Amino acid sequence: MNGLWRRLPSRGFSAVWMRNFLVWRKLWIPSLIANFGEPLLYLLAFGYGFGQFVKTMDHLPYLVFLATGIVCSSAMNAASFEALYSAYTRMEMQKTWEAILSAPLEPADVVLGEVSWAATKGLINALAILIVGFVLQLWSGAMVLWALPVIFLVGFAFGAMAMIMTILARSYDFFVYYMILLLTPLLLVSGVFFPLNALPLPVVRVARLLPLTHAIELIRPLLTGRIPHDVFANVAVLVVYGLAGYGIATTLAYRRLQR
Amino acid sequence: MKAGFKKNVVAAVEIEGLVKRYRSRPAVDGLDLSVARGECFGLLGPNGAGKTTTLRLLLGLTQPSAGTIRVLGLPIPEQARFARRRIGVVPQADNLDPDFTVEENLEVYARYFGLMPAAVGDRIRSLLEFAELSDRLRSPIRELSGGTKRRLTLVRALIQDPDLVILDEPTTGLDPHARQHLWNRLEELRAAGRTLILSTHYMEEAERLCDRVAIMDRGQIRAEDTPRALVDRFLPRHVLEIRETIKDRTLLDQNRCQVEVVGALTLIYSNEREYLTSLVDRLGITRYLERPSNLEDCFLYLTGRGLRE
Repeated sequence: MNGLWRRLPSRGFSAVWMRNFLVWRKLWIPSLIANFGEPLLYLLAFGYGFGQFVKTMDHLPYLVFLATGIVCSSAMNAASFEALYSAYTRMEMQKTWEAILSAPLEPADVVLGEVSWAATKGLINALAILIVGFVLQLWSGAMVLWALPVIFLVGFAFGAMAMIMTILARSYDFFVYYMILLLTPLLLVSGVFFPLNALPLPVVRVARLLPLTHAIELIRPLLTGRIPHDVFANVAVLVVYGLAGYGIATTLAYRRLQR
Repeated sequence: MKAGFKKNVVAAVEIEGLVKRYRSRPAVDGLDLSVARGECFGLLGPNGAGKTTTLRLLLGLTQPSAGTIRVLGLPIPEQARFARRRIGVVPQADNLDPDFTVEENLEVYARYFGLMPAAVGDRIRSLLEFAELSDRLRSPIRELSGGTKRRLTLVRALIQDPDLVILDEPTTGLDPHARQHLWNRLEELRAAGRTLILSTHYMEEAERLCDRVAIMDRGQIRAEDTPRALVDRFLPRHVLEIRETIKDRTLLDQNRCQVEVVGALTLIYSNEREYLTSLVDRLGITRYLERPSNLEDCFLYLTGRGLRE
């Protein structure tokens, strides 16, 4: 279909990514401290504090177990925050998107540029935690580097889903519901703080459908020298969330931006 | 036939039967329009007349409900992405990037056209010189005045050397100095042969800059011609502008003048200047102005029905 073909993104999306990167580069130190301070506090407080009582979890030292989860949750939070608050500011307050759309770029390019930037922000923040973990000698094995593309994929999936909210939003208030009603429960049932099988079976069934669960099932083994046992299914779920999120967000973006 | 064939012969803009409806209300209601290459064309009209919607349709930023649009020979919205490569846009409200300096704004914007900073460095320098902004290269956007921001927005629209520049109310909200400054820049662009399409509700702006204007109201074009011809077509040459109530209207000879009332203002048009002068004494008025009729009168005449009824 001709109409649909026109809605495929072009290479121009990279200019949108680059614009956001150039802004970030100006303010990267305060940005990193703000985004990375909270997960670091959780890691230290729970890992060392709580870890005194719970020595191991799922055959891993608790600090290691928790740290692998926090790598995922910090990628999720950073990507979501970027695609919600920051992207909304660019769309509504600064009219940055409006300026971009009068160049030869289309809503499909803007959405892809923003989502891939959100994924990059997720990766940057997770990388900061990875470095701390490296200093504390929490990671082991030769597969640590494989975690990086997986983290980017996790960021992409969450960035794309958050972008749907952003394009539907009428104000910032909207995002509080998304964070509290969706992301926080997700954080609690996906195996960040304790293994999934500690939960009642119906909850586990639901959790198996959620992206963060699959992110953790990939990242935790990769950082601790084991091979994830269902790589294909895990990656597939994340890809489906990412593509579906991107597709829905783009469709809505044409509706909102080309009124 | 390939797009781009007969490249220099095709009109800058050709619109036929254009309609854009929001829910059931038409914002643009059956518009036909043609703008030649190298022309400066003005779209005049009161707020809500459909000017901005028309410009957005030209750029492929919104989908038409009916009708056909060709810009620089390309069908819109189908080829809008390619058409926009050759169009510069100055939007109604400034949307410069507040996170960047003047220079960075231009570099980042050039990237949206696939132009790398190294390739546009010289062009940025010469455009800033053109707009008398050379000393602001490293200024953050928030430190610029309204007029300076507008000039920078114009520079940004020229970064990819466009064939067509579309300006939506380019001088709204500017002080007289800033306005003159921007007009001078636009006159230079026109003299250099670039096609300009601007929307405005300042008649002075249209009279000074535009080769041809169209007066738009309620989504339709009421009339279109050169500014002078438009005035001549609809109104007698002279006007007596009266700012007080006329006690005895029977003194006005309907065969020698035409009377329009716009709010508290009465306009008496006539081709006989002496007749208008004689009216001043006969009506016993003190608050009046006798002058040649202009585009603003014509605008009010064509779009002011609502006020008069």
